[in-house]
Amino acid sequence: MLIPCPLCGARDLREFTVKGSALTLDRPAADAMPEDWHGYLHLRDNPAGPSRELWWHGAGCGAWLVVQRNTVTHEILSVTLAEQEAGA
Amino acid sequence: MRLCDRGRINRSISLPFTFDGQLLTGHPGDTLASALLANGIRLMGRSFKYHRPRGVMTAGAEEPNALVEVGLGAAMVSNVRATVQELYEGLEARSQNRWPSLRVDALALNDLLSPFLGAGFYYKTFMWPQSFWERVYEPMIRRAAGLGSLVADADPARHEKAFAWCDLLVTGAGPTGLMAALAAGEAGAEVILADESSEPGGRLLSEVEDVGGMPATDWVDTCVARLRAMPNVRLMTRTVVTGAYDGGVYGAFERVGDHLSGPHADLPTDCFWRITARRAVLATGAIERPIAFADNDRPGVMMASAVRSYLNRYGVSPGKRVALFATNDDAYRTARDLRGAGVEVAAIIDPRDAAPAGAEFPVFSDAQVVGTGGRLGLRHIHVRTAGKTRRIPLDTLAVSGGWNPSLHLTSHMGARPQWRGDIHAFVPGNGSAGVPGLSAAGAANGVFDTAGCLAEGLRAARTVLEDLGIPAIAVDLPEAEQDAGRTAPLWLVPGKRRAWVDFQNDVTAKDVKMAGQEGFDSVEYMKRYTTQGMAPDQGKNSNVNALAILADATGRSIEQTGTTIYRPPYSPVPIGALGAGAQGKGFAPERFTTSHSASVARGAPMIEAGLWYRPSYFPAPGETTWRQACDREVTMVRSAVGVCDVSTLGKIELFGPDTGAFLDMVYANRFATLKPGKARYGIMLREDGHVMDDGTTARLSEDHWVMTTTTAAAGEVMAHLEMVQQCFMPQAQVRFTSTTDAWAQFAIAGPRSREVLDTLLDHRIDAETFPFMGCGAVRVNGIDARLFRISFSGEQAYELAVPTRFGTSLWRLLVAQAEGFGGGPYGMEALNVLRIEKGFLTHAELHGRTTAFDLGMQGILSSKKEFIGRAAAARPGLVDPDREQLVGLRPVDREIAIPAGAHLFGHDADPVRVNDEGYVTSSGYSPTLGRYIGLGFLRNGRGRHGEVIKLVDHLRDVYEFCMVCDPVFFDPDGGRARG
Repeated sequence: MLIPCPLCGARDLREFTVKGSALTLDRPAADAMPEDWHGYLHLRDNPAGPSRELWWHGAGCGAWLVVQRNTVTHEILSVTLAEQEAGA
Repeated sequence: MRLCDRGRINRSISLPFTFDGQLLTGHPGDTLASALLANGIRLMGRSFKYHRPRGVMTAGAEEPNALVEVGLGAAMVSNVRATVQELYEGLEARSQNRWPSLRVDALALNDLLSPFLGAGFYYKTFMWPQSFWERVYEPMIRRAAGLGSLVADADPARHEKAFAWCDLLVTGAGPTGLMAALAAGEAGAEVILADESSEPGGRLLSEVEDVGGMPATDWVDTCVARLRAMPNVRLMTRTVVTGAYDGGVYGAFERVGDHLSGPHADLPTDCFWRITARRAVLATGAIERPIAFADNDRPGVMMASAVRSYLNRYGVSPGKRVALFATNDDAYRTARDLRGAGVEVAAIIDPRDAAPAGAEFPVFSDAQVVGTGGRLGLRHIHVRTAGKTRRIPLDTLAVSGGWNPSLHLTSHMGARPQWRGDIHAFVPGNGSAGVPGLSAAGAANGVFDTAGCLAEGLRAARTVLEDLGIPAIAVDLPEAEQDAGRTAPLWLVPGKRRAWVDFQNDVTAKDVKMAGQEGFDSVEYMKRYTTQGMAPDQGKNSNVNALAILADATGRSIEQTGTTIYRPPYSPVPIGALGAGAQGKGFAPERFTTSHSASVARGAPMIEAGLWYRPSYFPAPGETTWRQACDREVTMVRSAVGVCDVSTLGKIELFGPDTGAFLDMVYANRFATLKPGKARYGIMLREDGHVMDDGTTARLSEDHWVMTTTTAAAGEVMAHLEMVQQCFMPQAQVRFTSTTDAWAQFAIAGPRSREVLDTLLDHRIDAETFPFMGCGAVRVNGIDARLFRISFSGEQAYELAVPTRFGTSLWRLLVAQAEGFGGGPYGMEALNVLRIEKGFLTHAELHGRTTAFDLGMQGILSSKKEFIGRAAAARPGLVDPDREQLVGLRPVDREIAIPAGAHLFGHDADPVRVNDEGYVTSSGYSPTLGRYIGLGFLRNGRGRHGEVIKLVDHLRDVYEFCMVCDPVFFDPDGGRARG
């Protein structure tokens, strides 16, 4: 499987580590309610189909990436820098 | 028997080899199978279940019968297909699945018991008593069944792995593949052409026909010469593409050295390739299918295409008198080629009403083979025609039931093959589960004539070039035979005797029918019930026949019955090849510190710490146990000075004006307030509120910081920092990089540590300039270095860092100077005891399930700032007083050791799981206190200091009483470190 890193180009899966859902990017505010934190920390969908995930190009450029891919076909739909999604 | 004129073998060289100890000879260009046939050997193995005598049936990778063991001792490989194994001088092959010999096999008794050994036999027979299964039935079955034998020794073969990239991967170098590679290669595309055989050409090497106005083999040679001259084309022979994976990645297994006599020591046996291809053309051809008829498994019954291969490619006739049993015109080539080679054609048995007219051979129309005879090899067949049965003496029967496209790879992502009624074969499906970028062409796509294959290859290449935006260059399509002949399907000749479908797993037509009758009527159920298609050949010869027979038995069409789908690998791949490079030292990289050689030279046993190697202890003259060395080193540090290499700790340097704010986010305690020239201990939490790692971070100057992590968590922390910065603080002005390998860092610990430093530093230091937790730049013999006054031993201690290239000399210098003050080096054992005495933590305590509260560090969590894990760490469940909390443990009997991993119970509690109150994480003998001590976690432990509890280790049979105490055993107010 290849992941097209926006900085390095298409690279082998083995250079990357998956963190899980890209929900991690939506960190609640410091004063958020416990329910918000519970949802953020523990509740995850398990989609069959398009899924938005956070991956780390650890054996490459070190960039954290938002990878949209289809969990059924393994097709990569889009890859962007997490930094950009987070508003750099 | 060897023919005098045909074939691509070199008759001028003789290669001696042995089969079951018998010395034989063959020629370069032979496979083991062709060489055995040339020597008149037809009996090559015994079958899996019934131990029936078997001979070679095919001439290719699909061979089900001729499986042999090759090599000796640990290097022996079993289940080698004799049709794939190339002959070399000195090859030693042995038949398998027989005892005491191939001709006389004791387990052939199973064949007589066959009425009881049908499909589902085990399920039906070994039902009860249940206790017999493990003790009696399974060992018995394991002994009797199986293919070949295993070697218990480690695999001495050298395997290799490699990676490649291309625009176009062409699998199969027959007419289709050669044409595709030629067209794409001429256009300038990067092409890999892989073929499982020893030379490219595919079926063209085995057929007598013309291509482009010349003999087909000449056309192949011309074509291959053109391909080899193109720098953008890589031609890989002996390479079978085994699987198609996501993103255009293909696995390919290359046989590199197993066809050579005494290969060079550096040459691997095989190589597993991972090829990333933008596009792929599957030109794998087709596999001829057998016909199930009574006793169709005798040595001497083989595929018609195999007979032509042996005649035309290997110059061997499989027999003297040959008949044909074929449902198609294509097979008539066999008779023509046999006659051309001077072999007698006994008869052509054609089940069709109208066999081709004008044939020069005795042809029986509307005829079927209904039986065979010959104990260890075929001697005659029975043919039924026009209501009469006649016996025909012969030694070889060539069979052809038509062709099955080798479409396996198109199914590797889940696509189901489609039935094409007009050609009576499955072709690649065109559903959404196909392999993106892969298209089948030629015989693999159901086009069986040579001209059609060439055109398909050209068409496939042009489509790929257009897709990739590479301009095509005109390539001539050579003229070739255009007629693939008619075919009429025949799966099974009805009869009472057993008719084999899956030769490798000994599955008969009766088994398949029985599966249907007993309700296992889906093709997936039938496969599992009968084990059809589950042998190493994965049913290459038998799948379609089996499901056709099942369709008949259940009154459905083949289309309705459907087919199972193929999964990787297409062909068996040794586990050793998949794990190439990972044996022994190759399993993981080794990281050595700059003091490694010096430590080893002093006799220090090295232990693994992640990928690093660190010294356990430094034995002194007269010491016989590790404990003696460890106790001495601990006392040495407490009373004088010790030096220890701490370079393995993770080092991350951070720069930028927002570094303080960034550290405040990742550490639970405050860092922005740290003054330049000072270091601070900190803990990092995971977002779920548990402790991830600890360490010290020093502020070298206003905008330059250096963080240390534990050895084990260095990688994890680095990834975490990258995430926090990129995902949560993308606008912060901070940049960082790992510098673990750039600095050699040594701890100098003990009351005389400053005296050692004074001998080395260009400028003396004092308590004013370097107070406890101070840091700064120093110079050692003119070299810029960093000094940190931090302590993991509880003594006055420093860590001195120099660029890695100076590490070896500094270590030597430090050890020499320390010895001058009554000190020396200390290892991990002493380091561990020193930190347990002080209640300092390692990943034994920071094991991922402990919180700052559990560790007694709840006070360190800053309430003045946001940080990772803050919200979760405040959850009531993580600060519950009833949680297991860090405590010190001292046995009531001071002579008794505490085993790490032991569990803690109330003084009078029964030591069973429900009463479990905690566990021991670290323990050791403290020479400072003269007793064993330990650290552990105990429910509400901080409130139980002074209580005597029970410590139980069921594994090591330890039951003793311990006093709960503060985790800091020594110098609780820390005066020694500050002193």
